[in-house]
Amino acid sequence: MSSHFRAVSAALIAMVALPSCDRETRENRGKPLPESVPGIVGDPRAAEYEGNAFHIAQGQRYYVWMNCNGCHAHGGGGMGPPLMDAEWRYGGSMEQIVDTIREGRPNGMPSFDQKLSEQQMWQLAAFVRTLSAQPRQDALPGRADEMSNIEPRTLDERRPVERTSPAADQARPR
Amino acid sequence: MRRLLPGLAAVALVACEGRQSVTGGDGLHSGQFNSLFLIFLLVTAFFYLLVIAFLVAAVVRRRGRAEDRPEKSGGEGGFRLILIGWVALVALGLTGLTAASYFSDAAAGGARPANAIRIAVTANQWWWDVRYLDPVPANTIRTANELHLPVGVPVHIQLKSNDVIHSFWVPNLAGKQDLIPGRITDITLIPRKEGLYRGQCAEFCGLQHAHMALDVTVEPMETFEAWRRSQLRPAPPPATPLAVTGYNYIMTQECSACHNISGTPASGQVAPDLTHIASRRSIGAGTFPMSRGHLYAWIADPQSAKPGNHMPYVGLEPHELHGVVAYLETLK
Repeated sequence: MSSHFRAVSAALIAMVALPSCDRETRENRGKPLPESVPGIVGDPRAAEYEGNAFHIAQGQRYYVWMNCNGCHAHGGGGMGPPLMDAEWRYGGSMEQIVDTIREGRPNGMPSFDQKLSEQQMWQLAAFVRTLSAQPRQDALPGRADEMSNIEPRTLDERRPVERTSPAADQARPR
Repeated sequence: MRRLLPGLAAVALVACEGRQSVTGGDGLHSGQFNSLFLIFLLVTAFFYLLVIAFLVAAVVRRRGRAEDRPEKSGGEGGFRLILIGWVALVALGLTGLTAASYFSDAAAGGARPANAIRIAVTANQWWWDVRYLDPVPANTIRTANELHLPVGVPVHIQLKSNDVIHSFWVPNLAGKQDLIPGRITDITLIPRKEGLYRGQCAEFCGLQHAHMALDVTVEPMETFEAWRRSQLRPAPPPATPLAVTGYNYIMTQECSACHNISGTPASGQVAPDLTHIASRRSIGAGTFPMSRGHLYAWIADPQSAKPGNHMPYVGLEPHELHGVVAYLETLK
């Protein structure tokens, strides 16, 4: 039981403890937040939900539970427009997607106001954004709920993250 | 060692509690497993004692000094006989154990009896979705986190999972069977004794794995049929003004997006069916006993009651909360 041994084991234990420093916190309850104002870009919640693996995974559940795939398929579109391309009829930012889910849109998109909690809508929007591969690649869920003939979207190795700039988001027609 | 003993005794005591007990033997298959365990215990104990006896004899007799040993040992024949006997005994014991294990396995995994009641259980994080299947679709019952079984009648349960691997385990009635996403597995139960039992998910499935229980009621056939008929009835319309408030909230707001209440517009399919929630023994998959207080706590803030479960925090106003609980309590 030399001091050597003790020092090495202390260092090892410290190393084991270290990963917990960088852990993503799970916000189970959702903060009681005020209603967001429709159409506003720059809601602080957008950043909070978008890159968060837990919220994206929850959104993925709701996507099937709320039958989004009934019209949008798993991103490819059907009766509803596809969600995996760069075309957004009503804007493709987090805030605008939440707005679309909450208010509904003409020609078939129902309103989920008062059907989903505020947090669930943000989680759903976070997942919808992943369909067009916009958020962080390392936050994407490894599991898929649908049959697919492509590789899982989680990447084997880390790539530099390409983000669309907020300016480009703004410039797009809403 | 003296300090360890009470701990060991406590571990052993866990098996004694009646409602969830591996040694209960209240089902045909768990009874068979109990006999199998007893056979293994007796055979292995016999061999253990035999080996210990030989060891003790060897120590006691000791090997004599070299000068004491006779020129030519006379015991060669006897030794060979003992060796042959020993090998034969081991072979016999192992064959017996293999046969016992094979036969109880075969009985547990045997063909499903023709008169079996058919049930489909789907596991979710962290609750059990239960459907009593019937050739007539209108007679299919959907409930959650509870099983009612008539005593003595075989029950064939089809097992599916919606998310991760779970395991169906009612220790009093039978062994475990895993529920694997994308596959259908099955298990047959034959309850032999009336009573209340507790099933438990037996495969770690996430945060609330421990709170994923199943209330099993084994009852006489008439009681079971009465329960079945009551479950087939749609929900009664709300009678009091308070219950009407709750009814209106559930039908028009978040609740009905996920929950189903037969006979009303609430038709969500992704959360436990609430048509007869007040007739169940517990809420939240065995997390709390069914009571007004626990219903309030659960609906007001499900994430404190069972953190991580998929019911979101809705944030009802007090009058809405009173109404929703009042209405749910009428759903017998």
